[in-house]
Amino acid sequence: MELLKKAEASSIRENVEEFNIGDSVKVHYKIIEGKTERVQVFEGTCIAMKNTGVRKTFTVRKISYNVGVERTFPFHSPKIAMIEVVRQGKVRRAKLFYLRDKIGKGAKVKEKRPVKTAKN
Amino acid sequence: MIAVIGKKVGMTQVFSEDGSLVPVTVVQIEENVVVGQRTKEKNGYDAIILGADKIKQKRVIKPVAGQYPEGIEPCRYLREFRDYGKECAVGDKLGVELFDGVGFVDVIGVSKGKGSQGVMKRYGFGGGRATHGSKFHRGMGSTGQCAWPSRVFPGKKMPGHMGNVKRTVQNLEIVRVDQENKMLLLRGSVPGAINNMVIVSTAKRK
Repeated sequence: MELLKKAEASSIRENVEEFNIGDSVKVHYKIIEGKTERVQVFEGTCIAMKNTGVRKTFTVRKISYNVGVERTFPFHSPKIAMIEVVRQGKVRRAKLFYLRDKIGKGAKVKEKRPVKTAKN
Repeated sequence: MIAVIGKKVGMTQVFSEDGSLVPVTVVQIEENVVVGQRTKEKNGYDAIILGADKIKQKRVIKPVAGQYPEGIEPCRYLREFRDYGKECAVGDKLGVELFDGVGFVDVIGVSKGKGSQGVMKRYGFGGGRATHGSKFHRGMGSTGQCAWPSRVFPGKKMPGHMGNVKRTVQNLEIVRVDQENKMLLLRGSVPGAINNMVIVSTAKRK
């Protein structure tokens, strides 16, 4: 097992951006077209994370022209240029698949705000 | 041909330079020692004997221990390789560095034992219908003709023991040679269970 981890080590991205389930994220994904390379941004809610190590993936869901679109990215893919957290979500579960059955306002995730204490 | 004795560590995946995921098997290659040599004059053929995985002297019975030349520790695995592609003398140590610049390898291992299995799993027979009143599900069907030949031909595929046999996988691409950790990353799968001994040699047909 030790050796397997060493074999994977070179494929694991360092200084990864931290984000959680329910966060709205912008994934900057490199796309290679022939010889040119450009960056495409996929913005949506992170609804799931799976596996660990190099096999870790996360799923981002967005509504595009009234059609739900989901895309699963390998977390450590070298094609991911950057992951930006737009807004933190307040959720109570690890998989937000219930969002698939919701439309309109119900499909929103509440925003996580700093906790207000009595003094404030 | 260049070959060494290694150990299957397991499978994982790594990203290639263009960003695609590559399934790899990690094979650990600890130092192999040249234990003996066969020569044309003496034995009628050229070969070297490689040993891997050292064991304690006291765990070896004396008749076996006596075969090792002086100064060489006994090994768990001994294999003879004919017409070795590298000049070596008794006591030389070989390792992963032999595979620097090699593109493809063949891997020999003993496949996982599956026990007694039917023809569908063992040979990929089609089987019969599961439903609609069918009474023929996973059997092998007819085993031959009638009056002639009045017997079943030898070699007929039938249920029986599956797996636990020596298998060779050819032309596995070397993804990485890791000298520091003494391991090879090979694209694809390798026969056998984890911790099994495997023999990695340069590809015969490439």
